[in-house]
Amino acid sequence: MFKYLPLTEQNKADMLKIINVKSVDDLLYDVPKSIRLQKPYDILPRLSESQIRKHLKSLQATVLTSYRGYGVYEHERPSIIDAISSRQEFLTSYTPYQPEVAQGTLQYIFEWQSMMVNLTEMDVSNASMYDGATALSEAMMMAVFTTNIKRILVASPLLPHVEKVLKTYARHRDVLLEIVPHHDGKADEATVLKLMETPFAAIIIAYPNRFGLIEYSEKLIEKAKEKQSLVISYNDPFALARLKSPRSLGVDIACGEAQSLGLNPSFGGPFIGYLTTTQTLLRKMPGRICGYTTDSRGQRSFVLTLQTREQHIRREKANSNICSNQSLLALQATIYLATLGKQGLVAAFDQATKGTHYLKNLLVESGLFSLAYHGQFAYEITLKTTLDAYKLESAMVKKGYLIGQVLDKHTIVFYVSESRTKDDINAFVSVMMEVAHDIR
Amino acid sequence: MTYAKLIFELSQPQRVGYELPQTMIPDVALDTLLDVSLFRDTPADLPEVSELDIVRHYTKVSQKNIGIESGFYPLGSCTMKYNPKINDEMAGLDGFKLIHPTQPLSTIQPLLKIYDDTATMLNEITGMSGTSLNTFAGAHGELAGLMIMKSYHESRGDAKRTKVIIPDSAHGTNPASAMMLGYQTVTIKSQHGLVDLQALKEVLNDEVAGIMLTNPNTVGLFEKDILLISKMVHEVGGLLYYDGANLNPLLGIARPGDMGFDIMHMNLHKTFSTPHGGGGPGSGPVSVAKHLVPFLPSPVIKKLADNTYMLDEPSTSCGQVGGFYGNFLVVIRAYTYIRTVAHDLMQVGPNAVLNANYIQESLKDLYKLVVDKPCMHEFVFNGLIDQSTGVKTLDIAKRSLDFGIHAPTIYFPLLFDQSIMIEPTEVESKETLDDFIKIFRTIAHEAKTTPEVVKNAPVFTPVGRLDEVGAARNPILHFKALKKHLSL
Repeated sequence: MFKYLPLTEQNKADMLKIINVKSVDDLLYDVPKSIRLQKPYDILPRLSESQIRKHLKSLQATVLTSYRGYGVYEHERPSIIDAISSRQEFLTSYTPYQPEVAQGTLQYIFEWQSMMVNLTEMDVSNASMYDGATALSEAMMMAVFTTNIKRILVASPLLPHVEKVLKTYARHRDVLLEIVPHHDGKADEATVLKLMETPFAAIIIAYPNRFGLIEYSEKLIEKAKEKQSLVISYNDPFALARLKSPRSLGVDIACGEAQSLGLNPSFGGPFIGYLTTTQTLLRKMPGRICGYTTDSRGQRSFVLTLQTREQHIRREKANSNICSNQSLLALQATIYLATLGKQGLVAAFDQATKGTHYLKNLLVESGLFSLAYHGQFAYEITLKTTLDAYKLESAMVKKGYLIGQVLDKHTIVFYVSESRTKDDINAFVSVMMEVAHDIR
Repeated sequence: MTYAKLIFELSQPQRVGYELPQTMIPDVALDTLLDVSLFRDTPADLPEVSELDIVRHYTKVSQKNIGIESGFYPLGSCTMKYNPKINDEMAGLDGFKLIHPTQPLSTIQPLLKIYDDTATMLNEITGMSGTSLNTFAGAHGELAGLMIMKSYHESRGDAKRTKVIIPDSAHGTNPASAMMLGYQTVTIKSQHGLVDLQALKEVLNDEVAGIMLTNPNTVGLFEKDILLISKMVHEVGGLLYYDGANLNPLLGIARPGDMGFDIMHMNLHKTFSTPHGGGGPGSGPVSVAKHLVPFLPSPVIKKLADNTYMLDEPSTSCGQVGGFYGNFLVVIRAYTYIRTVAHDLMQVGPNAVLNANYIQESLKDLYKLVVDKPCMHEFVFNGLIDQSTGVKTLDIAKRSLDFGIHAPTIYFPLLFDQSIMIEPTEVESKETLDDFIKIFRTIAHEAKTTPEVVKNAPVFTPVGRLDEVGAARNPILHFKALKKHLSL
């Protein structure tokens, strides 16, 4: 007997009798004898609860004080997020196929969609995507399917992990992905304009971009519209607290990574992608969508809707193969946004931005760092350094710190969360100066 | 009335639910740091609520859901087994959840070891040679699996393989995944719930990239000719893809690798007990036979001679399919499950099969069994035998909700017009199954004596049947639109 396997020998005997067979083997006659498992799996030995606890505690990675973002951001994280999202009604339920007993899931999806619509000012949002990189890839496919043109222009430096995934999706569907080289931290406008002379499905812009720069060219957006191509933007939704909304810039599909909305770094996952678009493109959108309706008793209720876009109905004619997504993370992000609220998200953005600029000033004053690019930046910034960035990174790890993302031997992207106080940042810089002395 | 207020409707100007640390950083005006022309005109319309408002709101919202811990959840093809608490506790350790994915290799060695050990154990359980945990869900695993298939044929300069064969009983994700990669799908009809060998033979040629099968299939039957199918497909140069949605009954019984499958995905959120989260996060590892290992998605975890690990991006890889390394915290839960259940995994398949057959046998006098023979982990009824009162599958499912259980999967597979697909899993006791049987016998009886009760169900759920047609005809997809609609 085992704790997750409740059938007793007596139970089994009684059940076999009802089924009218002698053993479970008699039920498996369709499984060819030659492939029946003959011996137990050769896997690692059993651990009891206390043993697995001890074992996995010993296999944890080093937790560092982090000044690194680069697509994955630590923020102040209200404890109510885990308290609520670990409720079994949310945690253990399936996709809401029986809406009468899944109004809980459906309602928070509706709230999540509402919040993403408010942040991006787009018309509609779906129920979530796997992560930012796959959300952008699906946005690309959506543009290709909508325009019937298999050419996409990338007009902002994207985070490398996002770019790699985009390349994979493009390659396997024979989409020509033109990634415009960057100068001074931005895609070269003249090059993009030239590339726009040949038909393309969409341009992709990102703000903040790979280097933390907030850049978009209204000229490029206008030109894309003129050519009747789509504009896709990739945004950290945390930044949209303050920055111009994608919709106000004329974007057709706004997507991105919403890990920054209260999710742990989690060594890369689970995260959550978001995807929003215009009313015009609603029926081209991939993924689940939740809508309002009423029930037979006249009550407000919610239901998965517009399912004729989806794989379980349309099969090979579906918009995408996505079904399960990141529902529980949508709940976490929704609770985060409710907690921070209208004022808090803006306050957190401002505080992180001020912290980043404070760090930048200290580092530049040290004479060892300088701005890598001209332009506007908020909570993330790329700096050049005279130090060996790789040596600095390893030396700082030994001091318990994770410095910004090292791009090359002399370039680092720093991020400062709203949690870091003046004393924290001062201490970080002074340790860095100590270490700088040792590695020089 | 069931609570259905939206969080926005609790909002009061000035009220807050957050608190930020005082940083003591000398204050400067934001517009001296950033050009105001970048700013939006008005802040995003997010709620202004207190912490208690939020906690109470979502507690009430949660109470409109049922989960596995509320009661029996026999959703066919979904493998709704118990999600052990220890798995969640382990995933909550700081050294897992607080780790940045690009931390230097020296700081993440133990995490890479967990990945590598999990992959090795999954190889053993499936009979495959290489496993990538980088994929986020079953459908995502399928997509990566087909990318591997495509990369393999391309690597051989075999460009004419444009078709993927899919039985009509397949999950909808199969044809949709093939479409995403530009494959043309060829559907073959089933015979007595199994792949029709003659139909298969007719479509096999050198344009076939591969076939996608789930085994046991969605009718709950084991494809008894699997070895022959494998031989036939391989003979024309195609590959066999195994959709691991139905892997659970094979634990302790057989392995896809031994059946001749070249590529497969599995669902950690089904077979390996991780929670479904109301529709994610899942995890859909993809496993391959030896000759396809070079094509696995990158980054690949490589163990070096000195027992340290590194991340590699081989040029032969089908590419990077997700931001980092998949849903790591889900992998931790599955690893915990495998380590704690260990050799008792051998009992999972047999017990799941026994439970399913017990229900099938106990109800088949009232419900129309589509293939009258022993099933594997699940089986399909095509509605009631006595349909004289017009009670449909939808009614039966809705009525079952009134008894405090979740309904089975309905209207799938598409092979039958009144499909009811039941999968009890191995975690349920005989008493739970007996209760379920009693409920379904009661419903069959009601259908005959008081059909209106069944047709008007559910009545004890937070909401009654929904106007789905209205929802699709006039889509109201967020709060602002709802406010406008109700002229609030």
